[in-house]
Amino acid sequence: MTWSQLGPLLWQAFGETVYMTVWASVVAYALGLPLGIWLVVTRRGHIMPRPTINAVLGVTVNFLRSIPFIIMLALLFPVTRAVMGSAIGTTSVIFPLVVSAFPYIARMVESSLLEVDRGMIEAAQSMGSTNLQIIFKVLLPEAVPSLVNGAAISVTTILAYTALASAAGGGGLGALAIVKGLNIRKFDVMYSASLLLVALVQVITVLGSRATRGLDHKRH
Amino acid sequence: MNTAEERPEAPQAPAEALQAPAEAAQQPREAGRLPQIEIRNLRKVYPVPDGEVVALDNISLTMERGDIYGIIGMSGAGKSTLIRCLNRLDEPSDGQVFVDGDNVLAMSGARLRATRRRMAMIFQQFNLLMQRTVARNVRYPLEIAGVPKKQANERVRELLRLVGLEQKAGAYPSQLSGGQKQRVAIARALAGDPEMLLCDEATSALDPMTTQSILELLQEINRRLGITVVLITHEMAVIRQICNKVAILDGGRLAEQGTVDDVFLHTKSAAGKRLFGILPDQEEAAAPEPALRIVFDGAAAERPLISRAIRESGVDVNILSANIHQLNHKAYGQMLVALPETPEARKRLTDTLQALGLTVEEVHPQ
Ligand SMILES: Nc1ncnc2c1ncn2[C@@H]1O[C@H](COP(=O)(O)OP(=O)(O)O)[C@@H](O)[C@H]1O
Ligand SMILES: [Mg+2]
Repeated sequence: MTWSQLGPLLWQAFGETVYMTVWASVVAYALGLPLGIWLVVTRRGHIMPRPTINAVLGVTVNFLRSIPFIIMLALLFPVTRAVMGSAIGTTSVIFPLVVSAFPYIARMVESSLLEVDRGMIEAAQSMGSTNLQIIFKVLLPEAVPSLVNGAAISVTTILAYTALASAAGGGGLGALAIVKGLNIRKFDVMYSASLLLVALVQVITVLGSRATRGLDHKRH
Repeated sequence: MNTAEERPEAPQAPAEALQAPAEAAQQPREAGRLPQIEIRNLRKVYPVPDGEVVALDNISLTMERGDIYGIIGMSGAGKSTLIRCLNRLDEPSDGQVFVDGDNVLAMSGARLRATRRRMAMIFQQFNLLMQRTVARNVRYPLEIAGVPKKQANERVRELLRLVGLEQKAGAYPSQLSGGQKQRVAIARALAGDPEMLLCDEATSALDPMTTQSILELLQEINRRLGITVVLITHEMAVIRQICNKVAILDGGRLAEQGTVDDVFLHTKSAAGKRLFGILPDQEEAAAPEPALRIVFDGAAAERPLISRAIRESGVDVNILSANIHQLNHKAYGQMLVALPETPEARKRLTDTLQALGLTVEEVHPQ
């Protein structure tokens, strides 16, 4: 295959991958971030202890996390059809991507927020802060470097999931590598699509760790 | 432990006044009528896997406005638990805490937060927000109180000037020394105009010179702003230097309390003697023969006194025992000298010693 044939193919697949990754990440964070905060603050000894709620949420998150994405994709077929109008296609797979990713993100957020020193939270309490002020002025800002680091990891995980989404007719670089590349033995397509995927992961990882370092004022 | 029936009533504050309905308690108070902080029969129990730890056992203390109240004790005595029960970072298991007559343990929500703003706190580990600059740390209490930004920034500059850190406004806490961090923490604590400042081992992570400067700052804050300071420490020198009152905690119990001078001079508890480095058999040693007990209470310098007394009275002094500490260049402790034989010599020596500002009493073997 010539470059003039391969180029537009890769470009389109790249666009689809970015589209799926970005939307899935945004929606998964919209769910996972509050859930992660909730998992932290409802712990015993934290600012809004609700041990029962915390335990129920924890079990649910673990259950969702234990289902491999490719199985989730199949299990959710009817739900995806109901929610997205269709069970297959690049837009439709955003739904199973979100369902798989948000519990994972919630755990990432939880572990970032748990790194915030208890002493800071107590200082904020001693100054008469409300719980919301503690969350938005202490917990989240103090955890920013770690949250950014976690986001880079989460996004690359979602990116990897999108490659599997080709099983449900999702487009993108993964689909290009498997469907066009592997199945009909066009190895140049397979390798260039895979390389592009690897490069994308690298870029996100490097940007993520740079941002993490740049945002952290804790070490000088 | 006393049962509820046996509780001694605090003489300074009648129970009726303190248990008045909330409306009455919120009336403007006549300054000085009610103690700033009153702790009554406070108890704190931590559940642990194999039973419970009694961290505080029946503690009752009264702190007046303008006090620098020291709480001293060995590690694990319950000092942190006590101070954290005042603003309810820890929930007491039983007892009462009154701030200006208001029952802190009955408060929740906005009222508790308002009371917490009146009793700022500083910590051994500073607990500054690491991702905020110095100025934004100090601004935090103003932010949460909704003070307009311009006004808040002005106040922050003022406070940084007070603690001598106006040059560091834009720095992050990680760029500061321990002493500077504690100064930022103090400025932050003062931002909300508190009436009380709770210090949990505020100088324990600092070197002696820095400790000195932080203690001086706390003293200045107490004098200039009239803020009541509650100060926790395991170091005797800190108490001697700036506190006017002291309570000694031992294994969760109140070993003794009173003015610093009193507690130091007439140390009764074993915990106090341990903390002050007084050996039990040295202190108040029974006189082997009739003797004069000379008490050094820090008002007079030690060494020249005895030689001056000998010179001025013309009576020879035979020292039987002495237990004297130097603290801040002052002498504290006691000395036993043999009682001069003749009544005239006895009187001359006693008069001379008393004229020099020492307390003298005759003691006889039992
Ligand atoms: N969260 C806790 N759980 C169980 N025991 C505790 C807890 N906090 C403090 N304690 C115990 O309570 C006692 C008093 O502790 P603390 O107030 O920290 O002492 P201090 O500040 O005088 O060193 C100690 O025996 C300590 O082990
Ligand atoms: Mg302590």
